[in-house]
Parts: sequence; C-alpha cells; structure tokens
Amino acid sequence: MNKRLPFGLAMIMLVAPCLLLVAFTHYPALRALLNSFWNNASSRRPSKFVGVENYQTLLEDDRLVQVMLNSTFYALGTIPLAIGLAIGMALLVNAKLPGTSLMRLSFFMPTMLPMIAVANIWLFFYAPGIGLASQILGLFGLPPINFLGSTETSLISMMFVAVWKEAGLFMIFYLAALQAVPENLKDAARLEGAGPVRIFFNIVLPLLRPTTIFVAVNALINAFRLVDHVIVMTRGGPNNSSALLLYYIYEVTFSQRDFAYGATLTVLMVCLLGVLAAVQYWVLNRKAHYQ
Amino acid sequence: MTIMTKLAGSCCTAAMFSLAATSLSAADLEFYFPVGVNAPAVETIQALTDEWAAQNPQHSVKAVYAGNYEETTTKALTAANAGQPPQVAVLLSIDLFTLIEEDVIVAISDIANTPEDKEWIDGFYDGFMKDAEFEGKTYAIPFQRSTPVYYYNKDAFRAAGLDPETPPKTWDEMIEMGKKLTIKDDNGNVTQWGTRIPTLGLGGAWLFGGLVVSKGDVLTTETGIEARIDTPATKASLEFLLDLSKEGVMAPGGISWGDTPKAFLEGQTASMWTSTGNLAFVEENATFDWGVGFLPGGDGPGAPIGGGNFYIFQDTTDEEREAALDFIKFMTSPANAAKWSIATGYVAPRPDAWETPEMKAYAERLPQALVALDQLDYAEREFATFQRAKVTQYLVDAIESVVTGNAEPAAALKAAQEGADDVLDDYK
Repeated sequence: MNKRLPFGLAMIMLVAPCLLLVAFTHYPALRALLNSFWNNASSRRPSKFVGVENYQTLLEDDRLVQVMLNSTFYALGTIPLAIGLAIGMALLVNAKLPGTSLMRLSFFMPTMLPMIAVANIWLFFYAPGIGLASQILGLFGLPPINFLGSTETSLISMMFVAVWKEAGLFMIFYLAALQAVPENLKDAARLEGAGPVRIFFNIVLPLLRPTTIFVAVNALINAFRLVDHVIVMTRGGPNNSSALLLYYIYEVTFSQRDFAYGATLTVLMVCLLGVLAAVQYWVLNRKAHYQ
Repeated sequence: MTIMTKLAGSCCTAAMFSLAATSLSAADLEFYFPVGVNAPAVETIQALTDEWAAQNPQHSVKAVYAGNYEETTTKALTAANAGQPPQVAVLLSIDLFTLIEEDVIVAISDIANTPEDKEWIDGFYDGFMKDAEFEGKTYAIPFQRSTPVYYYNKDAFRAAGLDPETPPKTWDEMIEMGKKLTIKDDNGNVTQWGTRIPTLGLGGAWLFGGLVVSKGDVLTTETGIEARIDTPATKASLEFLLDLSKEGVMAPGGISWGDTPKAFLEGQTASMWTSTGNLAFVEENATFDWGVGFLPGGDGPGAPIGGGNFYIFQDTTDEEREAALDFIKFMTSPANAAKWSIATGYVAPRPDAWETPEMKAYAERLPQALVALDQLDYAEREFATFQRAKVTQYLVDAIESVVTGNAEPAAALKAAQEGADDVLDDYK
C-alpha cells in the first residue's frame, strides 16, 4: 500500500508550489526590502543607494503616525465588535425560533456582497441630507450628520461598514461551533439548576474559545487587508482621518508613485504582521489544545 | 547653402511621403480611456472608436475602459513600465509632468510636424493648450476638458424672491443671496442650503484653484516646479470657504464631490459648484428650472481648467504613432468633438466644433453649455507639478484640515507650502 513516490515526481510536485510561493511571496518581500534602501528613481532623478534614509523619513512622517493610530483604533474597534455581534447572531439563529433560515440568510448576506458594492451602498446611506441615515435622524427631528466629511466620524463610519460586512461570516463559524456543543453538558448543568446565562458563560463560551481564536486571527488579518471601502468612500480623508496602513501604502506607491517609500512602508507592515502572527500562534498553541 | 537647405527640405519631404506611405500599413492600437462623469461616456467612445476602425480597415483599435482617471493613469504607467504601453490614452492633463518624468510619452508636436498638422494643433482653444505644453513642445491634445460652473435652481431663486436670471457674481453676493436661499424646518434643521462647494479630496482642490484664480493668483506655473500654496490669495480663499459655513450658507464640515450633484437634484442645496461634465446628468434628472453661471469670484471671475488629454506613448513604432495621431485627429474633428461634448457636457476643445449644426442646435437647446466656453477666458491651469500626487496631497490636507475645523488657514497653508517645497526642491 505504502508505495514510495518516485523521487523525480516528488520533486516536481514540490517545485510547483514552492515556485509560486517564491515568486509571489518571498521574492516580492525581499525585493521590497531591497527597494527600501534605494531612492525613487526616474528619468530626471538617477537611481542611487540611500541606505536608511527612507527609514528616517518613516520615523519623521506625521501622516504615518496618524495612519498607525487609525489602524490601531480600527483593529481594536472592529475585532471585538464583530466577534460579539457574530456570537449574538449565531445564538439567535441557533435558537429554535420561527424564520431561522431567513434570519441566517439576511445575516450572511453582507458577507456575500463584494466590498466595493458594500461601500457604494453605504456611501448612499451616509450621504448627509439625502442618505438613509440622515432621513432616519430627520424622523426624530435631529440634524443630519456629515459622517464621511468630518474628522470625528469618518473612521468610525468605516469601522461600522467593516463590522456589518464581516460579522455574518464569523457568525457561520460560531454557528458550526455552537452546533458541536454537546447537549448532555447543557442538560447536566440544567439539572444542577444553572440558568441560561450561566450555561452560556460557563459551558458554551469556553467551548467556543478555539473558534474565537481562529476568528480573531482572521479578523486581525482583515483589519489590515481590507481597505476597498476606504478607497471607495473617503480616500483616507478628510485630512487623513480614515486612512489605514494598507491604504496609505497603496496611495504612496501607486498614486504618488514613490516606490521606494512604498517599499519601506511595506517592510514595516510585513514586520508588524509577522509579530502579530507570532503572538497569535503562541496564544493559539497555549490555549486551543484542550479539546 | 541654399541648395543644401533645399536638398535637406526635399529629403524631409521625401521622408514625410514615405511616412505617409507607411501610415497605410497596419497598426494595432490599444486605447485606454477613463470615465470621470455621470454620462454615457463608454458607449460614445466605443461608437466613435468603431467608426474610426471602419474608416481605416487597415488598422485595428481596441478601446479599453480603464476606470477613473487615477486608475487609468496607474494602468497606463504600469503597462508602459512593463514595456507594453497603450499606443494612445486619455489621461488627466495634470499628469503631464508625471508622464514626462516617467519618460513614457512622446511629444505630439514631434510627430505632427507638417504645416497642416501645426495648423490643426493651433486650432484648439489656447486655454486648453496651456497645460499640454512643456519646454516648448506640445505633448497632449485636448479632448475631454471641463471647467467648473455655478449651477443654480431657478425655482429656489424665485421662491426666495431673487431674480432667477442673475446668479451671484462675487463672493459677497454669494453669501448675501445664499442666506436668502437657506431654508430651515420647524426644528431648526436646514432643509435647503444656499450653496455647496465640494471641499474634500482632489475635487475640492480643483475648485479651490478657481477661488485662487479669482483672487488674481495661480497655484502652479508651467514650470512644474513651483507650488504657490501659501499666498494671500489662498488664505483669502480658505477664509471664504469658512465664511460660507459660518454665515450658515453652506453645510459645515467637509463636503464630498460625489454627493454634490445628487444633493442639488434632491433640492438639498439651491446651488452647487461642479464640473460642466455634469451638464448632461443634471439636464436628464432635474425636475426644476435650473441655470448655470460663472463661478462667483473674489476680485473677478476665475476658474480652473480640468479634464483629460490625448497622449501618445513611447515604445511604439512609427506606423503606430501615425495611426494614433490619425485616431486623435478623428476623435477631435469638429463633428466628433461635437458628438462627445453633447453626450457628456465636456467643453468641445476647438472653435470649429462649435460651428457645426449639431453643436449650434445643442447650444440653443441648452444655453447653459455656452457658459463654460465663455468662462474659458478667465480660466487657468489646474494644480500640476512634478510629483503631482504627492504635492497636491499637501494642499488637500490643508483644505480638509481647515474646513473640518482642525486647523487655522494660515498655519495649515504654511505647513503645506513647506511640504510641497521639500518635494519640489529636488527639481530645482
């Protein structure tokens, strides 16, 4: 049964994925690192080695400070909120209530839409004066809020869209996990006189922990990876109040065509994500193995 | 000497004949174009492109809709850097310096060098050629050019007791009339603002250029290395924007470009500043009587010119360049420029286009279209420098930080000027 794979075939099968990995992950990352030590050359400015000059720019970049603060606030705000909402929705659709399948569909709907479409829908919701949000405020006699046009609300508006979009996907994971919670544990608890709240916090929630860690990792990656809505809705404005790190990299690299500084920012992001991933794996290894 | 010159001349003529002959041979063109307005632009471009292809069966042309202006520029530059540029593209006029710096375009005046060609180039409005030239050469041919104009709701003017045929001409009149046009409901919430000038993003910076021109200054010059962000004119312009909301005429905070036509059509604002590229959209959707006027000015009329030009790319064969030039001539011919202008609201870039019967009928039906043309005499180039995106961002940040109440005009402009100078010092 255990036939040995011919060595040549094994190599071929190894080479194909390795080539893809090298071509699309390792080479670009290495190239970004190299580019970050050079200036941004053009026909009017010869290319030259500048050492750590780009990194000095990075340290003195006021916009980057704002962008990093935005990204941190965005991640800290969206991840717990999306997870909390996802658990709530999963509990709701897991309960034996009428119309469950319709509820599941409507909770999952935002996840199926492409982010660009979502952003355009919300662009209309947020439009001051004419949008849905303003009309609802108007029903209560409240003045319209300029959601995307003021520095106080633009980032929060972006976070709201992200949570709305992502919670449905996370709900699916939680739903699967909830259905795997053994009924006999809950029955035993009920016999002991525990109420539904106690059952949830002492039995269900601990059993959901591996799912939560998995979802948190995904949410964290998405918090840095998804910037489509920023591009469509605010372009990072007003006054950089809704600019996230990846959006800033996109803007510096492709709009301002400063490939050297874009590469420097990319190195920063890769390092940042690397550290976050390491921390998460450490947490994962410690906490997720008791099942 | 004279014989030599003559000889050289005839050689040139011979060369040109041979060029003309080779232009008959096939070229496969790829043509990138953006859409920046609410209009059936793609269909019109496709129809015009198909027509050219039908008239020139020896060539082929593929029209590629490449997104908005910024995306189209990015795609064209990326393709050019990869050695596969489109032969011809419509890109922002203000991308001129970027395209020159990246060394990806050819000067059209180097290809179009016969006397007839020169006459053709001279046939465009001077206002549109200002930002198509650099160091004495013509690099671009105007195609979808626009200026912003003042759109106003005549019914709202009548309701406020204002003369619907005299829109405001100055900033003071704008505030004064705007107060009468602003309507509040019982809760004290504004249901109709006096005016709406987008202040966010690149659209906001574009309109800001008009404010500055009306105060007798410009933001940038033809050198591409000078940004005049911190001047008395820019300060006055920013303060005017603040005054509009302080006087309750315009909604406070940042105002987006994209929502503006909708807000106007929904009656949320009695007037707006936006591109002539929205003429067709407003005409189609307005349920009220509306008019168009010059942008009200500080010391006199003033407006920025914006929009896109045709560029021809390097890394192309002589045949392709000839074909591309012929294609551009076709697209900007009087009849086709008229078609394009009527479909979109862009200002037809040549006087002879306005002489066509179609255009005359259009101007009669929609006299608003003539306003932008007349305003051209008071219009200046849009903000353009080397490293345009980076330098403009400083201006955008300054405007946005002031209108959202996070900075004072003087300090914001000073910081923006320093940032811009830092970038541009490399080029001096």
